[in-house]
Amino acid sequence: MSAMSTTLSGIGRRWDGVVDRYNALPKPARLGLVILFAAFVYLLPLLRPPILTTNNIDFGGVMFSVAAFALVAVGLNIVIGYAGLLDLGYVGFYAVGAYTTGVLTTYHWHWPFFLALPLAIAVTMVTGVILGAPTLRVRGDYLAIVTLGFGEIIRITVKNVEWVGASAGIKDISHPNTIGAAPNPPFDRGGMFDVPRLQWDGIIPSLDRDHPTAVLAFGAVDAIPYYWVILTALILVLVGDRLVKSSRVGRAWEATREDEDAAELMGVPTFKYKLMAFALGAAIGGLSGAFYASGQGGYISPDSFPLLLSMLFVAAVIVGGSGNRWGAIVGGALVAYLPERFREFADYRLLFFGLALSVLAIWRPEGLLPPRRSRRAKAVEAEIEALEEGALEGSTHA
Amino acid sequence: MPDTTPAKKALLEVDDVTIKFGGLTAMDSVSFQIREGEILGLIGPNGAGKTTCFNVMTGVYQATSGEVRLDGVSLAGRRRHKITQLGLARTFQNIRLFKSMTVLENVMVGADAHSKVGFFDALFRLPRHRRTEEEALAKAKGLLDLVGIKARHDELAANLSYGEQRRLEIARAMATGPKLLCLDEPAAGFNPAEKVQLMQLIKKVRDQGYTVLLIEHDMKLVMGVTDRIVVLEFGKKIAEGTPAEIRDNPAVIAAYLGVDEEDAS
Amino acid sequence: MDFGALFGSLDNFLSFTMGGLVFGAVYALIALGYTMVYGVLQLINFAHSEVFMYGTFAVAWMFIFLHGTESVTWSLGKAAPILVAALVGAMLLSAAIALLLERFAYRPLIRKGAPKLIALISAIGASFALAEAMGLRDRFADKLGLSDNLENYVAPGKARDVFSNPVTIQPKGLFEVGGYTVSDVDLVILAACFIMMIALDTFVRRTRFGRGIRAVAQDPETAALMGVNSGRVVQVTFLIGGLMAGAAATLYMMKIGSTRQNAGFILGVKAFTAAVMGGIGNLRGALVGGLLLGVMENWGSAVFGSEWKDVVAFVLLVLILLVRPSGILGESLGKARA
Ligand SMILES: Nc1ncnc2c1ncn2[C@@H]1O[C@H](COP(=O)(O)OP(=O)(O)O)[C@@H](O)[C@H]1O
Ligand SMILES: [Mg+2]
Repeated sequence: MSAMSTTLSGIGRRWDGVVDRYNALPKPARLGLVILFAAFVYLLPLLRPPILTTNNIDFGGVMFSVAAFALVAVGLNIVIGYAGLLDLGYVGFYAVGAYTTGVLTTYHWHWPFFLALPLAIAVTMVTGVILGAPTLRVRGDYLAIVTLGFGEIIRITVKNVEWVGASAGIKDISHPNTIGAAPNPPFDRGGMFDVPRLQWDGIIPSLDRDHPTAVLAFGAVDAIPYYWVILTALILVLVGDRLVKSSRVGRAWEATREDEDAAELMGVPTFKYKLMAFALGAAIGGLSGAFYASGQGGYISPDSFPLLLSMLFVAAVIVGGSGNRWGAIVGGALVAYLPERFREFADYRLLFFGLALSVLAIWRPEGLLPPRRSRRAKAVEAEIEALEEGALEGSTHA
Repeated sequence: MPDTTPAKKALLEVDDVTIKFGGLTAMDSVSFQIREGEILGLIGPNGAGKTTCFNVMTGVYQATSGEVRLDGVSLAGRRRHKITQLGLARTFQNIRLFKSMTVLENVMVGADAHSKVGFFDALFRLPRHRRTEEEALAKAKGLLDLVGIKARHDELAANLSYGEQRRLEIARAMATGPKLLCLDEPAAGFNPAEKVQLMQLIKKVRDQGYTVLLIEHDMKLVMGVTDRIVVLEFGKKIAEGTPAEIRDNPAVIAAYLGVDEEDAS
Repeated sequence: MDFGALFGSLDNFLSFTMGGLVFGAVYALIALGYTMVYGVLQLINFAHSEVFMYGTFAVAWMFIFLHGTESVTWSLGKAAPILVAALVGAMLLSAAIALLLERFAYRPLIRKGAPKLIALISAIGASFALAEAMGLRDRFADKLGLSDNLENYVAPGKARDVFSNPVTIQPKGLFEVGGYTVSDVDLVILAACFIMMIALDTFVRRTRFGRGIRAVAQDPETAALMGVNSGRVVQVTFLIGGLMAGAAATLYMMKIGSTRQNAGFILGVKAFTAAVMGGIGNLRGALVGGLLLGVMENWGSAVFGSEWKDVVAFVLLVLILLVRPSGILGESLGKARA
């Protein structure tokens, strides 16, 4: 086991090295790197690099769910990682976002997707406030159970209310609006223009002109444009997350998480900040739910939001490293990607992530990529421990 | 009841405060006042109710009867962070820092107490955010300099030595911009030399214009720095006066009789 | 909404109340596990629902083992011998799972003095791993080459489906309360619940070990100074919780007759609700909370429709936490009078 935890801290250290080297670069170089990296991530489903690419499943679709999970994990990281609130019903917010989008864009109202999106976010946020206002005052471990109940309430409710489709769910949810020519299947993909993708023969790439992606055409065939949209949302959320975290708001969250009473006595309105974290997390969950609903399939049902999904979300945050946004992204990506890449193990994924949660909680509660600080603190602790052990051994030998 | 009108304006009034925990009366009709600009010592044997007094003042506990007023404003029933914003800040007997935040961040949390910066200021980096952040940073650095741990500002609070942590607690409380600074046994666990240094620091703090309420059960130490002293025993106030008066007070001598001052921690 | 369904006649009202009490008894027995562990460690043993779920499978397996797979309907009297064996089996398996949890998911964390949230996460992980392991039992049997031998137990290809006890126990009506026919099964469930509650209560209040449990619950450090082996106390606490969950599982299977790998989850959350309602950490509270929850939930489903039953339970939990977070009887394993 100690071998495992050494490997894990190795990951953390190597990541530190990357961050340090990046920070040491001059500003234009950093900007260049960021643009290059972003471009690579955007183009990933077109580049289809070997090993990474899933073979039997549409890689664009996999990348879409990877981005969706990453977005969810970033949102939940605000709640769990920053403010220290264990939310086990995050799927509830995801569902509220998805259902709001579904209801607004289908038979009831027929709104276009981008009009429904802000409302979906707002509705989810309000839901977060309504749930959080009474429950955030109760003890932390009770909150976990209350949120768990909330997730189930939402699922049972949509399952039993005819107005939102009951068990049949909602289909034909509006996609994002196509830019350029409207798709006219099967002959015309629509969109602004086509881009070809790569195909690989071993490590030799060549252009695959038979399966082009129509840029910003949102149809039923190609998931890649959806991936671009949700990736853009993810990047915007990340930027916002960074700005807010590195302000007094972020400090207030951290102080509350560390010692709620002390924070309060230092003038932090802890309840307000907990509620803010909860509502923001909810809003981001709703945002990803909205994208999920309007995705390629355009279909949601109560079964799309099982409680297990909440657990996978929590696993994503904890596995990645609670409190570190990059950790959350890595965690979210792993949770979505691994079962698709290794389809033969897909059935084992809950078992695997369940065990991972337990094992990580015991051996490495800070996850794969913990926030830098706890890594530093850990290093010092380890040093002291080593010294103490040395001292003890010395005394027994004497 | 209240004694003669104090020479200076009373900043904080503890007015006939009683608090009970089940059968135990931890404070029994305690009244005293703190005047602006003084260092008031609150002393008494362990378990006398000193920390409880802080807890009632700062809103951690609700008094069973009686009330505490700051600048004439009753603090009863107010939320804790509001009390801090009104100008009452404290340290903790058992250190309670934000351990996985840096030293500087700990102090900045205190400095944020009066900040009006909200979510949108931060998200859109509005001028108010920038201005407040710069002020808080300057203030925090100044305070770390004052308490003598500026060089450690980028360290995690958990990695500070015990003495440094006590000093950080003081800096964090001062950052909230209090009218009254309450220190709960800030020298607990210190050796005599460190204690003397700390008392000098407390004087320096007072000279910056702060009013200080100091809990300490080392009599000798308290005598040296305080202007006046209030003595508690078993939740009751048994004496109040200048250090000289307290030294000769028979009730105080009796309370401390046989209690070795050093072992009382 | 149909208040008439509940309050329309006294008969209806009594009938829903009685039905609720029977379920409440099962909740109460599961709630004991939450309450004991919480009282001693201040931890929510999230995986306790799985302790119960394994018990329900043990019951079904025992019937398959002793009777076979042929579906039959027996009276309670005829099933009694196997039922007793099943009770023993369920209590043993549940207790074993509880002890494993203590050993692997909690002890390393308690030793380190890890934050509660971390312990909760570990428990959640363990809970999912356990439930999934049950749902994948056919795969494991297959990998081990035991599929043929264990076919009846692992249900190859259907491990995630409902798993039924081959013996259906036909309740026999004894007398009527309002419109509700109280059956022998109901009576056994209620009686078993009360007997076990009283036994446990006596154990905690009267025996030396019970005093140890209370001492640790009150103040672990002092208890340790007074020579109480707190590690041992924690183990016994988990053991008792497991045994009671096994008993609850047997009663549940008597009444419901089938289970599945995720059956623990909802019951677990409800039992936890019951524990909180009665005042977590308080044994008698678990009983009161369990019965109350069973009854309220049944009333709720009468008024709103049975599909809203779980929602009623959750809403109740939230309301209780808001109005009286320390429960009806207050939280105290430590403060229980001797
Ligand atoms: N929350 C509480 N519940 C019960 N008793 C308390 C509580 N807080 C303090 N006490 C009791 O009140 C008395 C005074 O304690 P304290 O104010 O901490 O004394 P000190 O003067 O040493 O700071 C002690 O007997 C203590 O046990
Ligand atoms: Mg004290």
